[in-house]
Amino acid sequence: MELLVASAIGIMTAAGLYLVLRLRTFPVILGISLLTYAVNVFLFASGRLATGASPVLRDDVSVYTDPLPQALVLTAIVISFGMTAVVVMIGLGAFLGSDDDHVDDQPEGTGGAS
Amino acid sequence: MIHWVIAPIVLPALLAPFIVLAARYHIGIQRAFSVAGVLALIVIGAGLAWDASDGSVQIYQLGDWAAPYGIILVADSLSTVMVLLTAVLALCVLLYAIGSEWDARGWHFHALFQFQLMGIMGAFLTGDLFNLFVFFEVLLIASYGLMIHSGGTARLQAGVQYVLFNLIGSTLFLFALGSIYAETGTLNMADLAARVALVDPAETVGIRVAAVLLLLVFAIKAALVPLHFWLPSSYAEAPAPVAALFAIMTKVGAYAIIRVYTLIFPPDVEITSGLYDMWLLPAALVSLVIGMTGVLAAKRLDRLVAFSIIGSMAMVMVSISLFTPAGIAAALYYIVHSTLAGAALFLIVDLVRTGRGNVDLTAQPPAAGAALTAALFFAAAIAMAGLPPLSGFLGKLLVLNAAFDSDMMVWVWVIVLSSSLISILGFARAGSVLFWKAHGVAPGAEDLVMPRPATLSYVAVGGLLGLLALHTVFAGQVHGYTTRIATGLFAPAPYMEAVLGTPGKLSTPNEEAH
Repeated sequence: MELLVASAIGIMTAAGLYLVLRLRTFPVILGISLLTYAVNVFLFASGRLATGASPVLRDDVSVYTDPLPQALVLTAIVISFGMTAVVVMIGLGAFLGSDDDHVDDQPEGTGGAS
Repeated sequence: MIHWVIAPIVLPALLAPFIVLAARYHIGIQRAFSVAGVLALIVIGAGLAWDASDGSVQIYQLGDWAAPYGIILVADSLSTVMVLLTAVLALCVLLYAIGSEWDARGWHFHALFQFQLMGIMGAFLTGDLFNLFVFFEVLLIASYGLMIHSGGTARLQAGVQYVLFNLIGSTLFLFALGSIYAETGTLNMADLAARVALVDPAETVGIRVAAVLLLLVFAIKAALVPLHFWLPSSYAEAPAPVAALFAIMTKVGAYAIIRVYTLIFPPDVEITSGLYDMWLLPAALVSLVIGMTGVLAAKRLDRLVAFSIIGSMAMVMVSISLFTPAGIAAALYYIVHSTLAGAALFLIVDLVRTGRGNVDLTAQPPAAGAALTAALFFAAAIAMAGLPPLSGFLGKLLVLNAAFDSDMMVWVWVIVLSSSLISILGFARAGSVLFWKAHGVAPGAEDLVMPRPATLSYVAVGGLLGLLALHTVFAGQVHGYTTRIATGLFAPAPYMEAVLGTPGKLSTPNEEAH
């Protein structure tokens, strides 16, 4: 369980970092999505891993898991989801306007409409 | 507990949807409500600052739940000063946006502006690290919309870079919060301060990683080299009033560093020793060199001002990274100065653009309204470069004075003084090309006659410069107050007592702390 979660976070972070360092908008956005998945799982794990434990008070239950990270993850998911939508829209606007989807500034006169 | 503490967040949060829903097609009503809202913010901010000026700490428990389980807002002398500064800056920027009609060149300027204010105010007032993240996101989401206000390909491309960079920053913030929560089990700042001091000295790996990650996040916001790459393009391409408002956003990063690293990881805590003098101070000095060199090297006026923002943020960071009461006091004085001067410069860039159509640093026929614009540029450039008589000079003196006892004193003095010289050269070159050489160039037949900027625009810029003059005249009182704030920051017991000691719903009087 621990190995599974840890390696999932590690692999997603590594793949996300690789994609974030790419040249064009689409792989970078994919990379950011992967990074946010990784960080969501990481936040979840920050309250310690517990299988099948309840986060809210109930009768005849003695083992609980920490509910706070679950609330944090929920907030983080909503925010990252909205942010990804925003960056896709802005990226599309920039691409359609200039026919160029490089993330970095292009040297003047070689690419882009500017 | 007074309810006014949450007013700077609730007021813009209610005003923004109202503007979208009720006044969508009426720019006049939008303007009226926006200005009224900002005026009310100034009054509330001044009231809170007055309340906190005796060193007392006002807290607000949301839903009356006591910390550390409930979310709390804290209005102490540091955060109320920043709230007041934001509100005053917002008024000048808003007047400029209305005068120059930037707000009518796209949709929802005023609504996004209010949301942006909500995020900034929240970031200053919150007493909880996760809420700091949430308010960072609120201000960033609004800033994405403002940054690409009125569109254009160049602006959208800069916007993509800006959004992507900040998304990575947000992800890093979440990683830092996750590590802190895993190590300490709390995200309330006052509670964290108590628990970090209890961390087992043999097992500090996790908390040290978290401290560095958090510092990286705030350094991205404060545009510290090597994390400054998002700033020049996005500030240069953003609409002028937006760029001027963004002058406070870099200060949010500086504020967060001051707050978190004096309260949670103070310099005498073993686990983070070396973080400030070995890493933060050299990085700040390098940013200072790069920012001021950028001022000299820039080919366009908007880029020049963007680099001067990096340089002046670096001055603030140099002063903060000394981590002495004198250093923080000088940094706070410089933060106020740098916010006002940076905003004024961005607005002046737009005055130049209105008057001659572009902001390239080449000799062109005189711009419309050049005389007044030149005078304002002269004053703002003097302030930003740190020449007497304006507050930049006093601010730099305070920083140099604070660095006098440090081990790095030689480096700080040499770099601050030489980079000031470079920035003076940069501003002098820009001013002479823009305004003096213009008289030697005859207007071509095909040159369009540009309109003179609106009077209200000049009033807004003049207001900012007037505030700078006041900041200079009352430097003694202001510095005395920032010294009191800084001394209070290094003795956080009243803050922690106010946050953790106030009982809330369901807490009985005899178990008040936890």
